[in-house]
Amino acid sequence: MEQKYPVKKVNIICAKGAIEDVYATLIMGNGAVMEGIETNLFFTFFGLDAIVKKRMDKLHTAVVGNPALRLPGGLRMPTLLGVIPGMESFTSWMMMGEMAKLDIPPVSEFLDLITAGGGKIYACKIAMDMFKFKKEDLCEHVIDILTVGEFYEHAAGEGSHIIFT
Amino acid sequence: MAQKIYAGKTVDVNEEGYFTTPSQWNREIAAEIAKEEGIVLTDQHFAIMEFLRNKFLAGETLSIRSINHSGVIDVKTFYQLFPGAPLKKATKIAGIPKPASCI
Repeated sequence: MEQKYPVKKVNIICAKGAIEDVYATLIMGNGAVMEGIETNLFFTFFGLDAIVKKRMDKLHTAVVGNPALRLPGGLRMPTLLGVIPGMESFTSWMMMGEMAKLDIPPVSEFLDLITAGGGKIYACKIAMDMFKFKKEDLCEHVIDILTVGEFYEHAAGEGSHIIFT
Repeated sequence: MAQKIYAGKTVDVNEEGYFTTPSQWNREIAAEIAKEEGIVLTDQHFAIMEFLRNKFLAGETLSIRSINHSGVIDVKTFYQLFPGAPLKKATKIAGIPKPASCI
């Protein structure tokens, strides 16, 4: 479909580190790359876990304080069940399994796909300082550590959009 | 449903130019569609298009990730062979419907 004002560039900010937050960024980002849209992904705060080598493939989802979480069959997951040791790991493992069935890759492989198509990955400077991460903690796909001002410079342009997941 | 003429053959396409009858496709037709997209086809293009056609005809969902498992090329090369929107362009030239996949 021809559009009068096509989306030419997307700049996606990922500030949270739960499975669903990170995958929202990765799926939107990869989808943009596949459409030939210039793509910048900017990871900040807890979202940094998605690009920290030791953590990226071990993300969890919240089982406490997550009212949308349901048990297989559709019943709501009681918050008190969430405090059972291992419940968070188990639920996260189940979620990753369901995604794998849909051919959704692990985080590290997803970043391989996005960067293979020209998508660019950035980390946030102030969050890096706050969590005391160094450049070598990050996966090799991270191009640069940006200040907020630099992020906006990268995001500039006609038909460019900033998305906060 | 619309029709188009490629390499002297009339084929059924949808409003976006994707084939609705994949059996009407052949290599000469592919070369002509590729020309419209500004691509000159090589053996590598044909090899990955054959992979996509086989997967589609087997009823499997096409995704960008599956290219890495094709044994033909990796995803990076795929983006180079079909610049811009590779899965959309490759399926269009390969004479199969546009993939209804988000990944």
